[in-house]
Amino acid sequence: MNKPAMPNSFRTGPDEQGMFGIFGGRFVAETLMPLILDLEEQWNKAKTDPEFKAELQNLSTHYAGRPSKLYFAEGLTKHLGGAKVYFKREDLNHTGSHKINNCLGQILLAKRMGKKRIIAETGAGQHGVASATVAARFGYPCVVYMGATDVARQSPNVFRMKLLGAEVRPVTAGHGTLKDAMNEALRDWVTNVEDTYYLIGTAAGPHPYPELVRDFQSVIGTEARAQILEQEGRLPDVIIAAVGGGSNAIGLFHPFLDDKDVRIIGIEAGGRGLDGIEHCASMNAGKPGVLHGNRTYLLQDADGQILDGHSISAGLDYPGVGPEHSWLRDSGRVQYEPILDDEALEAFQLTTRVEGIIPALESAHAIAHAMKIVPKMDKDQIVIVNLSGRGDKDVHTVANMLGMEI
Amino acid sequence: MMTTRIDRRMAKLKAEGRPALVTYFMGGDPDYDTALAIMKALPGAGSDVIELGMPFSDPMADGPAIQAAGLRALKGGQTLAKTLKLASEFRAGDDETPIVLMGYYNPIYIYGVDRFLADAKASGIDGLIVVDLPPEMDEELCIPALKAGVNFIRLATPTTDDKRLPKVLENTSGFVYYVSMTGITGSALADTAKVSAAVRRIKGHTALPVCVGFGVKTAEQARVIGASADGVVVGTAIVNAIANVLGPKGEKTADPAEAVATLVSGLAQGVRSARLAAAE
Repeated sequence: MNKPAMPNSFRTGPDEQGMFGIFGGRFVAETLMPLILDLEEQWNKAKTDPEFKAELQNLSTHYAGRPSKLYFAEGLTKHLGGAKVYFKREDLNHTGSHKINNCLGQILLAKRMGKKRIIAETGAGQHGVASATVAARFGYPCVVYMGATDVARQSPNVFRMKLLGAEVRPVTAGHGTLKDAMNEALRDWVTNVEDTYYLIGTAAGPHPYPELVRDFQSVIGTEARAQILEQEGRLPDVIIAAVGGGSNAIGLFHPFLDDKDVRIIGIEAGGRGLDGIEHCASMNAGKPGVLHGNRTYLLQDADGQILDGHSISAGLDYPGVGPEHSWLRDSGRVQYEPILDDEALEAFQLTTRVEGIIPALESAHAIAHAMKIVPKMDKDQIVIVNLSGRGDKDVHTVANMLGMEI
Repeated sequence: MMTTRIDRRMAKLKAEGRPALVTYFMGGDPDYDTALAIMKALPGAGSDVIELGMPFSDPMADGPAIQAAGLRALKGGQTLAKTLKLASEFRAGDDETPIVLMGYYNPIYIYGVDRFLADAKASGIDGLIVVDLPPEMDEELCIPALKAGVNFIRLATPTTDDKRLPKVLENTSGFVYYVSMTGITGSALADTAKVSAAVRRIKGHTALPVCVGFGVKTAEQARVIGASADGVVVGTAIVNAIANVLGPKGEKTADPAEAVATLVSGLAQGVRSARLAAAE
């Protein structure tokens, strides 16, 4: 197959059919199609509506605490002895991660569409917490589907969701992780399509979800770009973010895609290594297929059956990835690299010790890659890492890995 | 497009003045040989059209019974290639009963669309129902299938309104599958009066037969639905009949083919009395 010609801009997708090249699309049951078309129409109206923008802006500022800081990580920079490392502090947002950006946008869409009930899927529980939060704030009943394995390893977030008034439904199918939670959320949606809004947490699923989630998350990159220009007077040399479904990554990357001198690196969960099946590196070790409404890189066997991946990080434990990332991979604009569980764990501990910041295990994957490349870079070079969430939720997992009891 | 076994079978039943009994079961559940025995028993028990399930790891539109059937089949080593082989072995002994493959797109996409259509045709497959390919994605498989002479049977649902129906019907052939409710397979049957009204609504847009599925489990339900529909689809009840004769470790406590045949015979009686009831 010939490589497609380099586009003039990497920021124009998706096309009218919801495709990024061969990726994306609307692979859903007919029951959902009318609703998805309605969502697309509402989204198209909302994104150019000044009132919608103003309401979202107001909530982002006063409720979520935006803009998030771009912080010069001096301790880590000194420790690594190379390029300057900056953290985009999404961990400081209300609810403790970037997920609130998307949830605020989508709850306003749900309101415009007159929906009465919110459902969501969650892996690490960050999106579940953010969904439960906006549902509480706007007075909607909320059901969160969460894999049973994840319910066990992310218990603090499960309790937070319950406090916020959401019902957490554990899903025992498969390995009981994000993929299975998404299946169950889709089954709920198809059953309750009339009154229910499906608040998808990542930049994946049927069109227009990958686009609208990206647009709500692009505030990360838009701010970071302006902040680095102000703080350093120039663009960064490298930006790095972890990729599960890829919403924090596409949010950081998208505003930089046409800055051709900025190297962009997405980090996949390498789990226990890419030789076996215990990883979630769909773009490094999978192939294109169709799942959950879109075509994208997937971990699958020769018969097209989807494999259960593995990652220490529940938020990266998904055998697919958002379709725009698949397209950015194939077009060569973004480089995707795996980071192992152990490397992420080391980054988690180091960041905690030298920066006094406990990063989410997801974000620790991105930091781990910075630890590899920063020492080899010049001191006047700049690297921005997306610190997508805080790691309080992960202390049990980390204690387990380190053989400690808490 | 040339007429298929589906067209011929539906025309024949129309002439007989009764609806079709369309039976779904999962290819390879609980293993290949048993599934072949089940399939061979279906026409004799009164099945008019066979829907052969292609197992998929992530069946988003299916309830617990069909999810479990798919997992049993995959655990038993079923693949898309083996499901095609199942059809072709059946076809060697029955050249009349239409076979419709039903499932999800990814295994077909990975098999390769052109290769799949050629092999499906050679295996005696007459139609396809692919849950996650709405008309918006027709270029993927629907159009190539029609060119290859394989019916592409579309699902219409309660959310498919009059504005959207023409788009759904545009490239549909064989029959239209009306999903009786917004929901997953195996849920409780919707209000039958509403279902009949929906069937009439669809018939106002197409000359194709309309078969109704999702929620039909008993002979009585088959009779009531069959009074207005051109066909009644039963799936979960059949899959459950298989599950019911499997022990906790998957061992057979009775003959699955016999259990399915008994159930299907009862459903066939329901379907055959449908128009009598309607005429009363």
